[in-house]
Amino acid sequence: MIDFGYTLTKDRQFDYDHGDFRFLRLVRSIEPSLDVCIGCGSCTATCSASQFTNFNIRKLHTVIRRGDPESIKAELKKCMFCGKCQLVCPRGVNLRNLILAMNRAIEQLG
Amino acid sequence: MIKFNLFVLPFSLGLIYIVYSIIIHYYRWIKALPAVDKVKLATGIRTPSKVTASLKEIFLEGLIHRKLWKRNPLLGYMHMSFALGWFLLIVVGNLESRIYHGAYINAPYYPIFLKFFIHDRLVLFFEIFTVPAFFRFIMDFLLLFVLSGLTLALIKRKQSKWFGMKQTTQHSLFDRVALSCLWMIFPMRLLAESYTAGYFGGGGGFLTQNLGNLLIAVTPGPAEIIAYFFWWSYSLVLGLFFIMMPYSRYMHIPSELLLIVFRHCGIQSKKWGSSFSDLEAHSCSRCGVCIDACQLDFAAGIRNIQAVYLIRGQRDQYITEYIAMTCMICGRCQEACPVGIKADSLRLIKRREIGSGQVSDFSYITSTHPGFADVVYFAGCMSHLTPSIHIAMEGIFKKAGVNYLFMDQDGSICCGRPLMLAGKDKQANELIEFNKTLIRQTRAKLLVTSCPICYKVFREEYNLPIRIQHHSQYLLELVKEGKIALQSQHRKVVYHDPCDLGRGGNVYEAPRELLGKISDLVATEKNCADALCCGGSLGLMNTSIQKKDEVTRNALQSLLKNEPDILVTACPLCKKTFSKHSQTEVRDIAELVHDAIPGRNILSTRAILETETVTS
Repeated sequence: MIDFGYTLTKDRQFDYDHGDFRFLRLVRSIEPSLDVCIGCGSCTATCSASQFTNFNIRKLHTVIRRGDPESIKAELKKCMFCGKCQLVCPRGVNLRNLILAMNRAIEQLG
Repeated sequence: MIKFNLFVLPFSLGLIYIVYSIIIHYYRWIKALPAVDKVKLATGIRTPSKVTASLKEIFLEGLIHRKLWKRNPLLGYMHMSFALGWFLLIVVGNLESRIYHGAYINAPYYPIFLKFFIHDRLVLFFEIFTVPAFFRFIMDFLLLFVLSGLTLALIKRKQSKWFGMKQTTQHSLFDRVALSCLWMIFPMRLLAESYTAGYFGGGGGFLTQNLGNLLIAVTPGPAEIIAYFFWWSYSLVLGLFFIMMPYSRYMHIPSELLLIVFRHCGIQSKKWGSSFSDLEAHSCSRCGVCIDACQLDFAAGIRNIQAVYLIRGQRDQYITEYIAMTCMICGRCQEACPVGIKADSLRLIKRREIGSGQVSDFSYITSTHPGFADVVYFAGCMSHLTPSIHIAMEGIFKKAGVNYLFMDQDGSICCGRPLMLAGKDKQANELIEFNKTLIRQTRAKLLVTSCPICYKVFREEYNLPIRIQHHSQYLLELVKEGKIALQSQHRKVVYHDPCDLGRGGNVYEAPRELLGKISDLVATEKNCADALCCGGSLGLMNTSIQKKDEVTRNALQSLLKNEPDILVTACPLCKKTFSKHSQTEVRDIAELVHDAIPGRNILSTRAILETETVTS
């Protein structure tokens, strides 16, 4: 292939018709407060784990809303569960239980 | 001559069943103990001091109900009348039966139904004024004693507030039936004895004889048959009560005795379900004292998760995840528990069963050697959300000239307790090991932490060979050693006991003594072991922020009743939680101490922050 000095970017579109939303549904049923999230990212900014690694709760949320829960499995294990995220959340999302709910969803849905 | 009548059979069968059942239960509990605990038990019951202590506690708590007396005299009297009254009825009844029965051994039913068999009139002088009459008086008096308790129990159904209880337990159907049997026993005995005494014109004491004469006079029909009917009823309810006992809450009566012995022998709760936790679950009388202690109940209106329901679930091997996870683990219920059951441990056992399957990966944590120091300071995750606390602490360290090391200055690795509260002990251990290595490397002699949550876990799980102090203890020590001098600001403050520092760490006096030196400490409604939780607890997993806010507002209302200038706490999480709702200033004790150091108090925390930024 001729090197033009640039490449095609990877396809970043996601298809809502073919997403796996079982995960999201289960997590929302366990922790309904997820729905009031405004995506401000305060949780991620204060996160103890994200000081050492690229763990990002807001990203986890985005990804499961897109119907692609596969990528969160490895990420979720990094949470230290300290609960700072939940204290800074301006919307009062119960983030620790959210993490538990995601773990539960992984257990149940594989 | 053996006296017998068919009606004694229901009682006798019930008695055989309950004795058999208790023996089986005791055998299983003791057999299931780990080897270490068996040795403890074997040596314990051979140590006179431990046996005396056990017997003393069994007498004071099992019969007198001292803790309930302290809580509310009416409640204490009610329980004492049932327990002590019934116990004495059995003992004195047995003694009385010896007068009429020469043998050392008589049938177990004989003392219970003595008045059916013996109802002779006391005619001779020595009979009226000596032993038989005395026994008849005592037995009637004891029956009256128990009946007075029963009357109170009936009143308590309607007016539990008089007994210092706002809420009572929602009992299961089975418990209600067993309770009805228990309540029927003594009225049946009264009626049976009275009718018999009335019919024969003798055999009763001041209560049963007079009541019997009256009943015979006013009720038509064959008195002998009515009396016989009541003897049958008395025997039936007794038998039924005994048969229901192992399946109802009344199993707490024999269980608690063994639990007291276990405790005095040094046997403790385990991390996983064990013989001890099963015994604890059986020892719960479902009195409901824990319900009133629970803030989720009285402040947030959550009424189905209290310790009593958890323990009932534990006994029936059925605890829902909802019950296990909905709790602040504040420890108020176990402080209030008259039996001393550690409900928080039981709840955490259940959480471990639920949460143990999930795995973590903390391989991303890497460390560099922290350096050496005399004192290692661990602010804790939460203190990083309330930076004024660790800024104040650093200021004090510098002022006191302490060679310290701020272990988690660049963001902390969690102490592990939040994971443990979710039942993930295995994952927590990874963090614990990591932090332990760091702490050891500093070669410090003392670990100071600003967070009671960390303080508790450092003490209980880390097994560190060094001293561990919460900053309130450490600061008091600095003052006593004269390393920092303080000048009172004379501001009116109230102190809030954080759960993990107070009930969890038994540190009540140090912060108070320290505050006494720098401010005018005023009392609060609920102090020390009775202190309220701020509502921010990391133990509470699945409850909405709205409910938590209700708990916080309720706690604030109680704390701020005396209108202090400042609400002082010793926990960054409490501070953060209260600050959200409090109109009154909320500060940590370290900040107050820092402000009270002469020459430093002109600096606000912001100014310190700026100076530190400039210097770094």
